[in-house]
Amino acid sequence: MGPLSTIEKLGILADAAKYDASCASSGTAKKNSLGGKGIGSTEGMGICHAYAPDGRCISLLKILLTNHCIFDCHYCINRKSSNVRRARFTPQEVADLTISFYKRNYIEGLFLSSGIIKSSNFTMEQMVEAARILREECDFRGYIHLKTIPEADPELVHQAGLYADRVSINVELPTRKGLTRLAPDKDASQIEGAMGKVKSDIIEAKDAKKRFKHAPRFAPAGQSTQMIIGADAASDSDIVGRASKLYGGFGLRRVYYSAFSPIPDASAVLPLKRPPLIREHRLYQSDWLMRFYGYQVRDVQQAMGKDGNLPLDIDPKLAWALKFRSVFPLDVNRAPREQLLRVPGLGVTAVNRIIAARRHRTLRLDEVGKLTVSIAKVRPFICAADWRPTALTDRADLRKMLAPKQEQLELFAA
Amino acid sequence: MSALQSVSDQRHFSVTMPRADDFDFWRDQARRLVRCGIAPERVIWSEPGGSGDLFSASAPESEELPTPQDDAPQTRASKRFVSVAQNAILHSDPERFALLYRLLWRLQSHPRIMEDKADSDVRRIEDLAKSVRRDSHKMHAFVRFREVLHEDGAEHFVAWFEPDHHIVRANAGFFKRRFANMHWSILTPKGCIHWDGKTVRESPPAQRSDAPDGDPTEDLWRKYYASIFNPARLKVGAMMSEMPKKYWKNMPEAELIPELIAGAQSREAQMVDAGAMEHEARPETLEAMERAVQACRNCGIGELANQAVMGEGPRDAPLMIVGEQPGHQEDQTGRPFVGPAGQLLDLHLGQAGIARDRAYITNAVKHFKYVRRGKRRIHQTPTAKEVDTCRWWVEAEREVVKPKLILALGASAARAMLGKTVSINTVRGKPVMLNDGSELWITAHPSYLLRLDGDARAQQEQLFRNDLLAVRERLAELAD
Repeated sequence: MGPLSTIEKLGILADAAKYDASCASSGTAKKNSLGGKGIGSTEGMGICHAYAPDGRCISLLKILLTNHCIFDCHYCINRKSSNVRRARFTPQEVADLTISFYKRNYIEGLFLSSGIIKSSNFTMEQMVEAARILREECDFRGYIHLKTIPEADPELVHQAGLYADRVSINVELPTRKGLTRLAPDKDASQIEGAMGKVKSDIIEAKDAKKRFKHAPRFAPAGQSTQMIIGADAASDSDIVGRASKLYGGFGLRRVYYSAFSPIPDASAVLPLKRPPLIREHRLYQSDWLMRFYGYQVRDVQQAMGKDGNLPLDIDPKLAWALKFRSVFPLDVNRAPREQLLRVPGLGVTAVNRIIAARRHRTLRLDEVGKLTVSIAKVRPFICAADWRPTALTDRADLRKMLAPKQEQLELFAA
Repeated sequence: MSALQSVSDQRHFSVTMPRADDFDFWRDQARRLVRCGIAPERVIWSEPGGSGDLFSASAPESEELPTPQDDAPQTRASKRFVSVAQNAILHSDPERFALLYRLLWRLQSHPRIMEDKADSDVRRIEDLAKSVRRDSHKMHAFVRFREVLHEDGAEHFVAWFEPDHHIVRANAGFFKRRFANMHWSILTPKGCIHWDGKTVRESPPAQRSDAPDGDPTEDLWRKYYASIFNPARLKVGAMMSEMPKKYWKNMPEAELIPELIAGAQSREAQMVDAGAMEHEARPETLEAMERAVQACRNCGIGELANQAVMGEGPRDAPLMIVGEQPGHQEDQTGRPFVGPAGQLLDLHLGQAGIARDRAYITNAVKHFKYVRRGKRRIHQTPTAKEVDTCRWWVEAEREVVKPKLILALGASAARAMLGKTVSINTVRGKPVMLNDGSELWITAHPSYLLRLDGDARAQQEQLFRNDLLAVRERLAELAD
């Protein structure tokens, strides 16, 4: 068998990256290519250049430098004992691909991850080299996300942060027990140590930037992490608890949840069936509630069932509201912002609109309807000038009324 | 205002926009009309070349716009109105100019009207601005440049895009900032923009055929698109809402979508199958296992060998010895550890005082893996995957024999017991507790000793002897 062509390598190394949940390219420092020699810009908001039929956006060229790996994590397609086809890019090839895709406006930049080859340090050096070529030789000013290797020398991780917009370190599994069982070569303390170091590097760089205009940027889009859902027995309560500690302890921008998906050549320790994708969705919704709606971990946990899991048929906000019915109905014309944010069906935008509009008028139900996506879901939980749900809020079958109907998706409806 | 009103009460005015997206022109005209006190229902706005307002034909002859009196109050508009209007005016709805004027008119008496999100004019204008923002965003996302060779040999990138609204000129800046050092053109049916590295130039509308129709990089891009998609997570609705079908025809990757969706289920099934091993219930006796393992083809090794080689020894042995896999002689005779490595093992067991016939001796992998060189069959180390696959059989043997102590010879045997690869040097000489309460001891494989010479061999044989002595001692303790 001859050496693999670029297109063959791309097929293998993109396929190997498809289990990674993150593709975000937003929230970094603004840059553009005016006055430079290369290309690229970031303007705060990331752009999704395409969507795959799995509903996920494609904003970055997300590939592995190599899918060879000396580690043997059971949930990972690239683990040492897997029979998957192997390939390896050079840092130069990664840079060339990124630039030629970027020039055609296919992507916002690069998300580079890698299996571990030779040693953690060797691998990290290669990834940093790809980023260095892009930044220094190509004068590339687009987005770069590097997945750093917690076992690598902290100095290399620091280098990564100087070139990248965002760095991430995967916690892999929600519990230490799960990590020990499924990722025998990984060490939870080492992972957290590396995250802590990145956090302090970010804080230091921000501080220096305030004092010296030319202080180097360090991962301006912050750090993120990913954990795998459904490969071990961790409950949603464990997961949300862990996520909240990660946000608090390491100042993470995002925690990604990746539903364990059946991988070819799976290890015998893993469940063969994937967890329902909706579980991942519910976790993201609860993450949202904590980050933008002022819910505490405890609130989200209260919305869970006895088994410590979020209900799958309704969203966590509705689940919370149904458990705490005495809080409702809330008067849209008087209730404070933080309370309105607890109404199922009212998002941040709708609440802002309501608050702005009520300075001018006393809102009636149909006017609230104009400000929200759907009034049906909201109705039982609010009072308006001409509306009082009275018996509705207390109906025993309220959950059934509000739970979405199961629908078959039409694939190619015009 | 009142002085003017008396003379101009019944007059209608018509304004024709020079360009569909000319906010500055609209603003100048609108300010003037407001200052002259001309109510919205008396102004007819029309697009260049368009038929304009539905009633324009029946409208009375329009007159020259009046000039406001010097003392007429200045027009007022909130910041929010200006920013929304700048976007909304790019919308393709012909009513937009009139709607904007009506709002501007109302703003004079209700300066905070933009905050009233329940007002229908405000909602409408916000909706227009929102569609324009979305269209702009999709332009940033879905423009696909194709490289063409220019006469001067320089790289030139050309794209064809079909926007819904008049957004092309407004978005030139984005592409200029991003591709500052590239020469590019974006052709659209609503007008074109070009950048030569120094200035943005505009040109009249183009047709699709004016744009190049391919780029070799598109094959790479399609490969990427198809590979990054995970068929186990099909969510077509989510894709369609963000990437509506109307954009597909100008995106090279979109042609793959129907095929990717149609093939997703079978690809997922393949992924699961490749990972699955449908096992029947484990045989409960060693004899039943012996029969069943002969038919095992869970990995490819079974196809190579003459026969599977099961373990042998008492079914209640306190000691279980696990090797790597049968070799040439074992494959011929059907018995474990009868070849050179087996003879060396026997020698050492004898010296350490461990009775081979009191132990259950077996292998991590049940078939012989080799490559043929002429007449010879050369031993091949089984892969970790093959060891993991065959684990099912060793575990079945363990369940029947229930040894108190397991001695694993070499890394493959250790992996079969632990499910992960360990380094012999770091784990030898001490017990590892297994879940079922038995103890695992790990040492080198005797065939490793056979491959060494001289001092190295003497040294390794000594370590091996020490391990066996420790095992004998521990067995004696466990027997008590």
